Amino acid sequence: MNLMSLFRKSSSAPVARDRLQVLLAHERSVIGKSDLLATLQEEILAVIAKHITVEREAVQIKMDRGASVSTLEIDVEVPFDPTKAGPRPDPKPSVPASA
Amino acid sequence: MGKVLVVTSGKGGVGKTTSTAALGAALARSGENVVVIDFDVGLRNLDLVMGAERRVVFDLINVVQGDAKLAQALIRDKRIDTLSLLPASQTRDKDALTNEGVDKVVAEAREKFDWVICDSPAGIERGALLAMRNADVAIVVTNPEVSSVRDSDRIIGMLDSKTLKAERSEQVEKHLLVTRYDPNRATRNEMLKVDDVLEILSIPLLGIIPESEEVLRASNMGSPVTLNNPDSAPARAYFDAARRLKGEEVDVVVPLDRKGLIGRLFGRRVA
Repeated sequence: MNLMSLFRKSSSAPVARDRLQVLLAHERSVIGKSDLLATLQEEILAVIAKHITVEREAVQIKMDRGASVSTLEIDVEVPFDPTKAGPRPDPKPSVPASA
Repeated sequence: MGKVLVVTSGKGGVGKTTSTAALGAALARSGENVVVIDFDVGLRNLDLVMGAERRVVFDLINVVQGDAKLAQALIRDKRIDTLSLLPASQTRDKDALTNEGVDKVVAEAREKFDWVICDSPAGIERGALLAMRNADVAIVVTNPEVSSVRDSDRIIGMLDSKTLKAERSEQVEKHLLVTRYDPNRATRNEMLKVDDVLEILSIPLLGIIPESEEVLRASNMGSPVTLNNPDSAPARAYFDAARRLKGEEVDVVVPLDRKGLIGRLFGRRVA
């Protein structure tokens, strides 16, 4: 322990505030999730699964409801090599079209 | 027609029962007719905090089931005659409380009193939902601590979706009561500041109750802190909060316990 540590403020409160803000932003979106989002998640997952194999958890859908504009955020985690990521549901898959 | 108020928090041990007793007594002392109802079936404690534990004959479930009239079950406070208590049942048959039964009892209490204060059990289960069901106003009791703030956020979500007001597309009026606050630790950035909690939960502030030995002293004595030591810091904070509930504009300050010279020299405890 050096002398400086005696004077350094133990400011853990800002850490608490930041952690809470991040956590609650997530929890509110999960708990306030409507059926629309659940439906969207299912259907988007089905479309993606036609072309690449992804885990269910790899597709995240979030809605941010603003006063005038709402945004829909779709986050898909694509495996490193989608062709070798696992068994495909479709025996003769089409090559994913380049975007 | 009185107002129905729920004191709720999600997390246990943050001061719901203490706050129910203190605010109930503060309102009653200002001349309002107040009943406090304990919804913590199986773990009742409001009777003990208010010093009425030896006077319980009938309880909430007896009234809901029609075994006793509301007037028979109410315990009139010995110190303030405008303050009454409806205790919870100590038996475990929680299912005896139905929505309709609770609605009926609260409606009858609303006819007789200016304020019906429902002390919610901890958690987000049925008991907590029953306590908030009829509320016009909710007091969300929160400690400046991460788990309490998180649970308060959950409870605020439920107040907006699981109450009778929400079913009618109306809003329960929500207020934040920060308890066990230590302004010195907050200044040193060791504790969440009230502004941090307000920003995160974004509901209006009803009051800040400072951490104080007086709260334990009052519960030891079986007396709401606003009656046991009305000049103490937490009592003054509760009196201010009660005035705000009645619609008065009162500046928010954090009262501090007055300490003598010795107390000031040696009163600071090791954190």
